[in-house]
Amino acid sequence: MRTARVLLIFALITGLVFFGVSCGGSTTSPTPTSSPSPTTSSPSPTPPAKDIIIGVVAPLTGDSATFGKSTQEGAELATAEWNAKGGINGSQIVLKIADDKSDPTEGAAGITRLIEQDKIVGEIGTVQSKVSLAIAPILQAKKIPMISPTSTNEKVTLVGDFIFRACFIDNFQGVVGAAFAYDNLKVTKAACLFDVGNDYTKGLAENFRDAFTKLGGTIVGFEAHPTGATDFNAQLTKIIAAGPELIYISDYYNDVGLICKQARALGYTGFFLGGDGWDSADLVKIGGDAVEGGFFTNHFSKDDTRPEVQAFVKDYTAKFGAPPDALAALAYDAANLMFDAISRAKSTDGTAIRDALKVANFKAVSGTIKFDANRNPIKAAVIIEIKGGQQTYKATVQP
Amino acid sequence: MDLTMFFQQLINGLQLGAIYALIALGYTMVYGIIRLINFAHADFLMVGAFAVYFFASFILTLTNAIPPIIIFILGLIVALVAGALIAELSNRLAYKPLRYKPRLSALITAVGVSMFLEYFFASLPFIGPSFRAFPDLIKPVSFVVGGVYLNTIQLLDIGLAIVLMILLTYIVNRTMMGKAMRAVSQDKDAAKLMGIDVERTITFVFLIGGALAGAAGILMAMTYPRIYPNMGILPGLKAFVAAVLGGIGNIPGAMVGGFLLGIAEIYATSFNSLLGEGIAFAILILVLLVRPQGLLGEKQSEKV
Repeated sequence: MRTARVLLIFALITGLVFFGVSCGGSTTSPTPTSSPSPTTSSPSPTPPAKDIIIGVVAPLTGDSATFGKSTQEGAELATAEWNAKGGINGSQIVLKIADDKSDPTEGAAGITRLIEQDKIVGEIGTVQSKVSLAIAPILQAKKIPMISPTSTNEKVTLVGDFIFRACFIDNFQGVVGAAFAYDNLKVTKAACLFDVGNDYTKGLAENFRDAFTKLGGTIVGFEAHPTGATDFNAQLTKIIAAGPELIYISDYYNDVGLICKQARALGYTGFFLGGDGWDSADLVKIGGDAVEGGFFTNHFSKDDTRPEVQAFVKDYTAKFGAPPDALAALAYDAANLMFDAISRAKSTDGTAIRDALKVANFKAVSGTIKFDANRNPIKAAVIIEIKGGQQTYKATVQP
Repeated sequence: MDLTMFFQQLINGLQLGAIYALIALGYTMVYGIIRLINFAHADFLMVGAFAVYFFASFILTLTNAIPPIIIFILGLIVALVAGALIAELSNRLAYKPLRYKPRLSALITAVGVSMFLEYFFASLPFIGPSFRAFPDLIKPVSFVVGGVYLNTIQLLDIGLAIVLMILLTYIVNRTMMGKAMRAVSQDKDAAKLMGIDVERTITFVFLIGGALAGAAGILMAMTYPRIYPNMGILPGLKAFVAAVLGGIGNIPGAMVGGFLLGIAEIYATSFNSLLGEGIAFAILILVLLVRPQGLLGEKQSEKV
């Protein structure tokens, strides 16, 4: 389900890298070079036995280096804050970091090193689902709890009962979208348009449809388009004729821009709503005025007014010199969840930490987190509105 | 389907059909003269679209004072020139050396040129494989006639497709160069003996064909304002189907084929949103079974 998105992100990053190179090459050192050294420098001046060693696996080099950097920084900020408050029950937290290079094999090698050499008691990471799926079975076998901040593939936590995640799974966005449409926008008639060749957009649309119907709304149109389509007029004409007040578009930003434009040209005046596939500055470039007033669900917004978010944004910006993105926020949450569980378990035993995580009720940056039976978080999503061509925070929606 | 929706879908079909027709015109003309299915035609379209993108972005950063219609006309000229140049370049470098080789070699080369252009453009640092937003050269204005929504871009697409078809028919049937083109299409060697410069004539064919692709490129980019190196592949394939449907080599046939295909695809999609895409190709198979020469094509007897 993630492959298409990973490919897209890869394509974007390749484009950016080329652009950076062509602009003078000054932008090509995104990762701190210190990252590989901590894993090898463990036999330093006898760490007191009571230190709590936590592993972080993230893609620090390669295609997704910016994801890895955000993840590492988020975890480091959480660690620094806990240590400043006196650590966990008097023990300091030490992070050991491994670079998975976005490669499942590298990830597996890295996690084995962290377990055997550094004796980690818990693990935070990694970013991509395909790599998380490679490291999860190793941690599960050793009964060491893992919290992936951003792997959205449903299968990751199904590996076993020691595997958790801090982000909601893709399908959840459809459910939150439906709640926002029905409760906040007071819409009762909605239609869906999605890419039939992409599990992500299809899954979102199906979940939106089911949740919206369950709330009492009516789905008046449920139309698909083939991957790579540019003309959506036929589907939109049919949808608009059915009179929806909202069209749920679970596509990626580039399709969304075209769809909104064509819908407005056909005289549609209702709402547009979508998922985190909308999250790109190019959405407004392609969609122009047509996407103005559109809403989408996302994990985190730095403009969220909750005090936890504002404190996090302030501290992060002070420490790293740039505002956090969603990856940093989720890594920060994953680390805090782990530390909170260890402090409540009053033990570094894997099973005890796992049991503490299962009953977590933690006020995180991305919402108050509890876990469901499959160790997926039950938490709020934020709604972003396109206003004046900018992404602005609109609301937080509880599931 | 009520009447308003029926007419709205008809307009949608005409818009899509106009794009197919514009691309099909270039396919059919090149095929008609040199019997080459130029698969790179849809990529000439992409080159045209990117040329206008860079031109318009450059102009718009300099000044906002130029009226949109002037920018559009200048953009159209840029598209025509860019399309013509890339087509002639492909002709010189790829097709000319194979002129007297078996036709299959030229066909495979056309596929090669097509892929080369796609991947080469995707690898260029200032283009890249990702999507670009095409600037609004003319702000589309919507208006309603009896409940049916129309906009200026649609009218421009349909109008320009018709104008270009008439112009092309005139060039091929009424000018000396057109006469030379028709002669070359019948027999290259005999044409040469009659004093016709065959290579010059073929160059002319590619220049016009490329310019048509460029025109299709700017219109497609204005209608669907998102451009990327692979933007030509799918519309190109369908336009090829349209050209075969109308009778490949027949200029009004490409027009008819394009509009028919566009309308059929829209109605099929409206009936079931998964069917639309397949309709184009189902139609191709049906036409080939029932009328291999296409709707307006003439049965060709083998030349002896």
